[in-house]
Amino acid sequence: MSDNKTLGEHLRERGVSRRGFMKFCAATASLMALPPAMIPAIAETLQNARRPSVIWLSFQECTGCTESLTRSHAPTVESLIFDYISLDYHHTLQAASGEAAEQAREAAMKENWGKYLLVVDGSIPQRDGGVYSTIAGMTNLEMLQEVAKGAAAIVSVGTCAAFGGLPKADPNPTGAAAVSQIVTDKPIVNIPGCPPIPVAITGVLAQYLTLGKLPEMDHLGRPKAFYGQNIHDRCYRRPFYERGQFAETFDDEGAKKGWCLFKLGCKGPTTYNACATAKWNEGTSFPIQSGHGCIGCSEPDFWDAGGFYKALSVPIGDAAGAITAAAAAAAAAGLAAGAVNRYHKQVAQAAHEPLKVEELSREEKS
Amino acid sequence: MIRIGNIPVAVVDGSGNQAFTGNITPILHEIRHALTRLADSGEPTTIDLSGIPFAPGERDALLERLGQGEIQATLQALGESRLYETAYPGVWVVIHKSPQDIELTAHIEVTRVPALLTTPLDDVREAADALAADLAEPTEQESA
Repeated sequence: MSDNKTLGEHLRERGVSRRGFMKFCAATASLMALPPAMIPAIAETLQNARRPSVIWLSFQECTGCTESLTRSHAPTVESLIFDYISLDYHHTLQAASGEAAEQAREAAMKENWGKYLLVVDGSIPQRDGGVYSTIAGMTNLEMLQEVAKGAAAIVSVGTCAAFGGLPKADPNPTGAAAVSQIVTDKPIVNIPGCPPIPVAITGVLAQYLTLGKLPEMDHLGRPKAFYGQNIHDRCYRRPFYERGQFAETFDDEGAKKGWCLFKLGCKGPTTYNACATAKWNEGTSFPIQSGHGCIGCSEPDFWDAGGFYKALSVPIGDAAGAITAAAAAAAAAGLAAGAVNRYHKQVAQAAHEPLKVEELSREEKS
Repeated sequence: MIRIGNIPVAVVDGSGNQAFTGNITPILHEIRHALTRLADSGEPTTIDLSGIPFAPGERDALLERLGQGEIQATLQALGESRLYETAYPGVWVVIHKSPQDIELTAHIEVTRVPALLTTPLDDVREAADALAADLAEPTEQESA
């Protein structure tokens, strides 16, 4: 349960020196993708931060998000943060089970009503009254609605909680929905990814600890610090793309030379995430560096995008009408060729139409 | 039966024919501007290398280009940190590692001395108190 000690006191008790604390703050700032110049301010605030209660609900999910977090490559910082927060309920990580676990959740809610942070991973089945996933006799839908009422803010971890995820894949048999489709009266931050990069999870928690508020977000509710730029723009293979050097198969000369994977279906140009810089497995690599294109797992409906190995193809919806209207609007507005191409890209992204290398190239040159 | 040793594996030198992002030169220019700023106004600059996309081997190439200067130090707190001045005075490399020896952050600090090397004032005050308390205790010789 929560106590009244500040983070500074908590760390000092554990024998962390002031220099160690500054190092912790430097790592935290880096986690949060904040400018290093903010380290002293972070130190000052963190020093006096109070221990918050966190309730973590796992719904229709595979536990990959928790695996991601617990396999995180910066154990010192994350363990300090997680030792510091009061993780009052988490199916997978808590020792209690059954009624004792549910009592812990109810006690934490009562004690911290209006102040606790709710973390959700997994989508919420809504069809047939939500019977497809239940915990302790409650449907996920009921539990989310009940716990969300007393939350200060909600963090949707993983693409399932953020956008419905794999359970929502066509034909969505359970009526899976994102948290934001059910809870509409609380601040929600989405940390998508299948799984999300652990530093994005801990970075948001660290920011909440530091500043007491959620970070700046994009139009899909994702923190800009981690999802502000697309994989393509941050990819070290970008110079090959610029030179028009592409791998055509996974074992041709281009693949062996590490050329751009766009033609093999890489979704880097339409995927916003921090994999290219934060990387995985102790900062070793990320999918593109390992020779496989990005599958776009932090974008909505990525599984219905027409195939991981097709160049930026995406599902068919009411795309045709949208593109025609958009092109007409762009032409009517007299937009420059580059702007029209950008328009095409946006529409293709939104409507999941095939996008060709040449279109991206025209945009780059305009 | 296929044995793992029979799988042809070739180790590729990351610094070989890989394409670099072209980020080294802009960073060096950023450092140059930061040095001018430090000299003119005393304002320090920190560059977080973790947020910059590098091709395999590219960051090492950057650090190699900056070289090694006269001072290096290690900090033992929550794992080891290495701080050293590069061949360009005023340009420091600060690398923090966890107790498991995993790199947490890598910064380039353009400053006269990295803040972590200076003793925190609260530590100085506590040191004065601790030494005073120590002196107040009679030594073994004095007790004898």
